Amino acid sequence: MSTEIAAKVRNEEWKASLTGESTWVRWTLIALALGYLTLFLFIPLAAVFAEALKNGLESYFAPFQDPDTLAAIRLTFIAASLAVPLNLVFGVAAAWAIAKFEFVGKQLLITIIDIPLAVSPVISGLIYVLLFGAQGWVGPWLIEHDIRIIFALPGIVLATIFVTVPFIARELIPLMQSQGREEEEAAFTLGASGWQTFIRVTLPNIKWSLLYGVILCNARAMGEFGAVSVVSGHIRGLTNTLPLHVEILYNEYNAVGAFAVASLLTLLAIVTLIVKTVIERKSAPSRSTHDPAWNAQPGSPS
Amino acid sequence: MSIQVDHVTKRFGTFTVLNDVSLHVQTGELIALLGPSGCGKTTLLRILAGLERPDEGKILLHGNEVTDRQITDRRVGFVFQHYALFRHMTVTENVSFGLRVLPHAQRPSPDRIQKKVDDLLALVQLQAMADRYPNQLSGGQRQRVALARALAVEPKMLLLDEPFGALDTKVRKELRRWLRRLHDELHITSILVTHDQEEALEAADRVVVMHQGHIEQTGTPEEVYEHPATPFVYRFLGDVNVFHGRISQDETPREETARELPPGTDSSGEHEVTFVRPHDLELSPTRTTTAQLEATVRFVIAAGSRVRLELVSKDSPQTIEVELTKERYRELQLRQGDVVFVHPKQQQIFRMPGPSSV
Repeated sequence: MSTEIAAKVRNEEWKASLTGESTWVRWTLIALALGYLTLFLFIPLAAVFAEALKNGLESYFAPFQDPDTLAAIRLTFIAASLAVPLNLVFGVAAAWAIAKFEFVGKQLLITIIDIPLAVSPVISGLIYVLLFGAQGWVGPWLIEHDIRIIFALPGIVLATIFVTVPFIARELIPLMQSQGREEEEAAFTLGASGWQTFIRVTLPNIKWSLLYGVILCNARAMGEFGAVSVVSGHIRGLTNTLPLHVEILYNEYNAVGAFAVASLLTLLAIVTLIVKTVIERKSAPSRSTHDPAWNAQPGSPS
Repeated sequence: MSIQVDHVTKRFGTFTVLNDVSLHVQTGELIALLGPSGCGKTTLLRILAGLERPDEGKILLHGNEVTDRQITDRRVGFVFQHYALFRHMTVTENVSFGLRVLPHAQRPSPDRIQKKVDDLLALVQLQAMADRYPNQLSGGQRQRVALARALAVEPKMLLLDEPFGALDTKVRKELRRWLRRLHDELHITSILVTHDQEEALEAADRVVVMHQGHIEQTGTPEEVYEHPATPFVYRFLGDVNVFHGRISQDETPREETARELPPGTDSSGEHEVTFVRPHDLELSPTRTTTAQLEATVRFVIAAGSRVRLELVSKDSPQTIEVELTKERYRELQLRQGDVVFVHPKQQQIFRMPGPSSV
């Protein structure tokens, strides 16, 4: 076993030597990268916890007794628990259509899916204000019928959905495209229905990527600030999500409270990253063992 | 189950893949659809399976029209070129898939399914691999799993799309013979798509040669090889020397096939082209008749069961390929640079449209 490892190390050293970089160049590059990440990523992250804990545990936990904070946590979870499943269904459907079928407007659909990544979240929020706000296109009608969208839960959910649309679809499209249509066709010729084919053939092939997409989508849904800020109206205990609540606390010079709530979001992010890493490990072996024949597209008509 | 393809046309955009193709396959036959890539053979197979829909024409299975029937109703077994095994399922799970997706009322009990899988794995000689995943198998093993999976649903016809195309020559040969034996045992009406003429000639009862979306010739392997109906078939089924005009006017045994001229072509514009297989050329060291071409030996490839020679004609820059038996080669004692006289033992003359300068 140890000789195996030694051989592996030697092999890695050999491969590294092929790039022609001397040892100190490699170490300098590694040190630069690590230093950069420490300065710009790790220290700020650590500062969140340092600030939150600087007056001791008691004041750290104090904000979590505040009903407004609890309401913000609840609202954030509600928004994410609606946005993520909806984008899950949409993402799978869109990726399925794009990867497995040819249709007019396919390129347009791919571009549209990317819009939320391209536009500023603030604009995403404003779109809904323009549509459903008091002066918006359907605003007066909504007021007449006493339906509240802007400055209420529906607006927050809509804004969250908007900004998280691409995450699952984009994760699945390249994978499903590379897998081709042959396995599904094989299932059809063996008598499986469309639904059986999806559940038994398509879904198992995409499950790790799908889970990965869900995690990214969830992280974004819970952390979204800009779009939600525009539509929420910042009503404490009613329309404040966690990121918005952090801002309010900070603006009120409650630094410890702000950082404590921020640390919750940070922890959420860290947990997400850990889960993501585990999933990547799990899905990586099955990806790397794909031989070219698996990924071959059904041949051109011959 | 007999298969009837009735005037089927299929277009992809503006490209006509199949142009008015008709074909009849009898129950229990093994047919090879042979042609170069792009000739429409795979598309025809996919139309039969129900994976594509023809733009025009009908498909009849056992006399019943199925053109608009779903794939699931057709009871076809389809074997894909790249196997298309379910990568997340074991060999057993792959083979039993078709039985496990049956409606509850028709589904056999788990014991019966297991029994069936065991039988099929025995048939394809893969019992030891039952719990492996596809990526733990070799190409030849994967293709046998794919075949067992297709046979599990007891199909009325078996469609094989270049089943051995991705395998190396030796495995391909073994599997081809094994498939032939399997077919003789099971007698399932089968259609094999291939671009390998050797495969088609060796495995099939009848060969259908396709070219640019239509059928050039249908016949037994011997028929299509010995009596090619068109210059294309002649060329596609083996090496060939093409001579413009006739080599000889004497009594050499030969066949003539007048190729149908496109309407509007002036018959005076046609010319004759002589096709001769490399092994149908006879060499002699001296001129014996006037009907011989003088040529110089350029290369000799003596490896293999037969000796192949490349000659250059004296009158034209044309290269002539000749295949001799070892015995004949030793008799002639030919070396590079020697002058020989070439004479066809058998030839076929086609009349082609257009001026002879082509």
